[in-house]
Amino acid sequence: MKPAPFHYVRADALDEALDALHEGGDQARVIAGGQSLVPMLNMRLARPSVLVDITRVPELKRIEQRKEQVRVGAAVRQVELERWAPLAGLLPMIAAMMPWVGHTQTRSRGTICGSLAHADPSAELPLALLALGGEMHLRNRRKKRVLPASAFFMGMMATAVEPGEMIEAVAFPTHPMGTGTAFREIARRHGDFAIVACAAIARPDGANRLAVGGVADTPQAIDLPDPSDDGFEDALNEFAWSLGARDDLHASARYRRDLVRSLGRQTVKEAIACRS
Amino acid sequence: MTINPSAYRWVGRSVPRVEDAALLTGRARFVDDIATAVGTLEAVIVRSPHGHAVIRSIDVSQALESEGVAAVIIGEDIKRLTRSMTVGVKADVQCWPIATDRVRYVGEPVAVVVAADRYLAEDAAEKVAVDYEVLPAIVDPVAALQSDAPILHPSLGSNLINERCFSYGDPEGAFAAAAHRIGIDVAYPRNSCTPIETYGVVASYEPGEDAYDILANFQGPFSIHAVVARALKVPGNRMRLRTPPSSGGSYGIKQGVFPYMILMGVAARIAGRPVKWIEDRLEHLAASVSATNRVTRLEAAVEPDGRITALDWDQIEDCGAHLRAPEPATLYRMHGNMTGAYAIDNLSIRNRVVLTNKTPTGLNRGFGGPQIYFPLERLMQRIAKELGLDPLEVVRRNLVPAANFPYRTASGALLDSGDYRSALDRAVSEGGLDELKRRRDEARAEGRLYGIGLAAVVEPSVSNMGYITTVLTPEQREKAGPKNGAQATATIAIDPLGAVSVKVASVPQGQGHRTVLSQVVADALGLDPAAIMVVADVDTGRDAWSIASGNYSSRFAPAVAGAAKLAADRLRAKLAEIAAGQLNIQAHDVDFADGRAFARSNPDNSVSFARVAAAAHWAPGTLPDTVDQTIRETVFWTPEQLQAPNAADEVNSSLCHGFIFDFCGVEIHRDTGEVRIDRYVTMHDCGTILHPAMVDGQVRGGFAQALGAALLEEFAYGADGSFLSGTLADYLIPTVMEVPDPIILHYESPSPFTPLGAKGVGEGNCMSTPACIANAVADAIGADDIVLPVSPSRIAGLLAGDEPQPKVKPKRVEDTAPGGQRKLTGEGSAEVAASREEVWRMLLDPATLEAIIPGSHGVEKVSDTHFTADVTLGVGPVKGRYKADIELSDLDEPNAVTLSGKTVGALGSGEGSGRVTLEDLGGGRTRISYSYEAGIGGKVASVGGRLLDGAARVVIGQFFKALANHAGGGKVPGAGVFARLKALIGGGR
Repeated sequence: MKPAPFHYVRADALDEALDALHEGGDQARVIAGGQSLVPMLNMRLARPSVLVDITRVPELKRIEQRKEQVRVGAAVRQVELERWAPLAGLLPMIAAMMPWVGHTQTRSRGTICGSLAHADPSAELPLALLALGGEMHLRNRRKKRVLPASAFFMGMMATAVEPGEMIEAVAFPTHPMGTGTAFREIARRHGDFAIVACAAIARPDGANRLAVGGVADTPQAIDLPDPSDDGFEDALNEFAWSLGARDDLHASARYRRDLVRSLGRQTVKEAIACRS
Repeated sequence: MTINPSAYRWVGRSVPRVEDAALLTGRARFVDDIATAVGTLEAVIVRSPHGHAVIRSIDVSQALESEGVAAVIIGEDIKRLTRSMTVGVKADVQCWPIATDRVRYVGEPVAVVVAADRYLAEDAAEKVAVDYEVLPAIVDPVAALQSDAPILHPSLGSNLINERCFSYGDPEGAFAAAAHRIGIDVAYPRNSCTPIETYGVVASYEPGEDAYDILANFQGPFSIHAVVARALKVPGNRMRLRTPPSSGGSYGIKQGVFPYMILMGVAARIAGRPVKWIEDRLEHLAASVSATNRVTRLEAAVEPDGRITALDWDQIEDCGAHLRAPEPATLYRMHGNMTGAYAIDNLSIRNRVVLTNKTPTGLNRGFGGPQIYFPLERLMQRIAKELGLDPLEVVRRNLVPAANFPYRTASGALLDSGDYRSALDRAVSEGGLDELKRRRDEARAEGRLYGIGLAAVVEPSVSNMGYITTVLTPEQREKAGPKNGAQATATIAIDPLGAVSVKVASVPQGQGHRTVLSQVVADALGLDPAAIMVVADVDTGRDAWSIASGNYSSRFAPAVAGAAKLAADRLRAKLAEIAAGQLNIQAHDVDFADGRAFARSNPDNSVSFARVAAAAHWAPGTLPDTVDQTIRETVFWTPEQLQAPNAADEVNSSLCHGFIFDFCGVEIHRDTGEVRIDRYVTMHDCGTILHPAMVDGQVRGGFAQALGAALLEEFAYGADGSFLSGTLADYLIPTVMEVPDPIILHYESPSPFTPLGAKGVGEGNCMSTPACIANAVADAIGADDIVLPVSPSRIAGLLAGDEPQPKVKPKRVEDTAPGGQRKLTGEGSAEVAASREEVWRMLLDPATLEAIIPGSHGVEKVSDTHFTADVTLGVGPVKGRYKADIELSDLDEPNAVTLSGKTVGALGSGEGSGRVTLEDLGGGRTRISYSYEAGIGGKVASVGGRLLDGAARVVIGQFFKALANHAGGGKVPGAGVFARLKALIGGGR
């Protein structure tokens, strides 16, 4: 449980971090809160030769409200967003999720963008990114690019971040008045990886969107009619099957499909109930 | 019959724990905190990634050259310098602390790397090259008995290492005469109580004296000292064993550190310097010890009113890969009380002990209790259900009547004291069973799922050191000589200033022994507990100890605290004689209180305790002739009731027998299968309560761990022996969020057999709670077959009806094969722009393979149909380097071929095979179709089970992408792509 040798670079400015990542190429990895990476290092599952610590880069430590977006810098810890006073008003879904993201202890170190970079299929924040239609802001030494969730998540624990590139921030859209959101999760214990997690948005125009984590390799979303609509149950069932649920130690594939149907339905209904 | 003796001033009160100040301020000293000698090296253990394999060779040369490495120890070294550990049954089998010729479980030590620090040792450990020939594994104990099962120990000839049948009373007659024969089948899973502190050993060896000095967070029993000294080939006085003052918990598990004492002792001897080893969590979960898993068939002969006249047990105990001391003790600890809390005169037992490719088992809180009470208490509910009776009445009717104590059970236990029915009745009224029944009625009326469960348990404590010999036949016992008793020791010393010290060999693991002993001795000597210093850790080089010393079988309160009381009473009697002279009164008139000795008839006539106590140091000539000294008093106490098993195999396996009656109400969520415990009531009779808060703490702790066993915890294995729960993300321990507050009730029936009337209390809920919760779940959902842990998914499976089907059913990517092995399977096809003959040639060409396999560091051709490759594979940040071995067979040129691959790397290993068929599409195009099956083991399987299947799918996705690129680019994609596929799948992540 001791990591293989690596070089540690503590960046005090964004340029330093980008230079170090450029030099390190595919052997370099960003470290921020370290709540996912350090266990992998200690178990020698991951063995980058360079770690670039970005937690002291001032411009990455900001939470900013811009027009219809909340932009969270790459070094912002989960607890900081959780305790950010405007969160519940601007991003009620994320406010509802935060207590489910690991534990108090891990949230006090772990970062929002770190969880997105880790891209665990059961994690809550990637689910939020997809459900809300947020964007990842990436950059390397030369250029910046912005990716939606669908282009960012490439697979289980795999993202579009390229060698030399890093996440600068994530932007979550805030919703027009009257939008309802809801979040529900089933895990074996509080704080465990979700067996199934559901996030739903009910828009003022009557459109509903359900996103599900914990089943497929990445979070998946579907647009659904009103639950009273005849097509709702069928559409939800097809969606549940399309996720390719698997058996593991904690839950059967059937159980996961059952939860997508039952929890998904409840989450959509709850979002609709929250729509004003 | 409550007794709280007024003679005790301190005992019976929840005084603050003397241990807490150090624990709460971070000053407690655990094994890893103890300063080591300058030059101490650190060890890392290389462990088997396979459940079963022959070790062809071990190459340590590269590891030895690695920076900072002092020594690398392998099985040959251990065989040269030690002898096989003692095995508790008569069988032709050896038991080493490290693999010598083959590995038999994932995590079995294969080499010990000793280096300047742990980082360097881990770097070097990666360079130890072990060549394994993988063998079929067996993990299911029933399958292990079949004649075609792979055999772990060829010298045994089978996996059955011991079998004994017992009959008490007339079970056949009782079954023949009974109105009903009701049975239950149970497979009790593997789990552990999982201390927060892992194993730790610091060992040194002095060649001049041929003596080992070992510091280990060992908990006892110290009978194991004999096993270790014998293995190290030194007399006991040259195997000094010391324990640290504080423990991060044990629950029995720390008994299992002893093979590492041998390993590290030898490592220190070879390295010529002290060696320290601290186990990490992955090692601990995979390879410390677990409780046994057991397959049981239990039948009862039952009268129409629910009275049981006979029990028939058939137990298959799975002790893992080796029968390590003191196993098969788990199976025999409960032997005297196999009839539980019930008066059942006729009993038959068939015990089989089986070895499988799993971690060896050992002590674990509840030791043997969970495995018997789960079937027994589930059966009680089954009997009530089948006969249409109230489960409470069935339990009550069968309880041992109060008038019959002390009660001799059919198999020989002497139940010391109790009034089970009164305790049950009080629990029912004070715990509010009627209210729970009302809630159940209301819930059911609303269509909710609510159930009530019961469990009645006898909790044995203070093990008879001879009980394990019940596994031997009477003739074998006769030859070996009797074993019995349970020696407890306590020493009380008084220094020249009159200050009192207490020393016991109880090796506390967090319970608060020091506090309780200060209470006990304070009462005897009329002192304040705060004035008494207690030492409870052990140094076998200096302390009074015996084989029963240590912390297990809940022996502290009944045995150790009792021995301390006897020592204090003996000193008190001598001090009274001295004081009598000083006060000019008769000794029987002397009393002690508030730090003074005084005349009971005239309390003003007094002298300070220190003055009396110091006399033996400063003025020994003034002591009365009847008093030798009061400097040090050591008491050895063993209860006469603990006799060796007799010729009829009757054994009083434990001295004390507490009683527990639990009931609970649970509600189950119909959609999610989640269990909510509405109320949990647990009634305990543990005899005299010495410290109420500590008793409460013991009950709560046992309850929390039992809740884990009931709902969350299981050591899971794949059918190939791969270990699947190597992190705390997969081995789920309940947290404060999951544990409800139990209602704890007490009923005190002092034990007539212990000096203080106390019985053990720490393990009972581990025995009662899993059965109680399972009974409630069964009642809620009307299901009979409740398998632990009762996960939401399992419950949902029992509740599930037909599933709505999709219009288009997706292909399955993995399947669960019979026996539980999770195999990755898949199939697919691709069209490529090359003829079949070209594709065929590519298949056999290393240059093509090299070009196509990504991350390839070189492909070598061993023969026309055999290649090896060195590849880097990974998903996301998880990358590892693997050696791949690919063979082609069943060649049907140019139509079809079978590819078999094996990969081995630091992160794990995999193997699989697939059939590839080539179909000519004309125009120089070929369709390649394939289907494969693969399995993955080793570290990735242990720590990444949740992600493994998905990760394999990602790798397959990478393959398709590459295939499309090659075909699209006009290049000829060789069948080497499939070799790559095999490597990728086999390599996992």
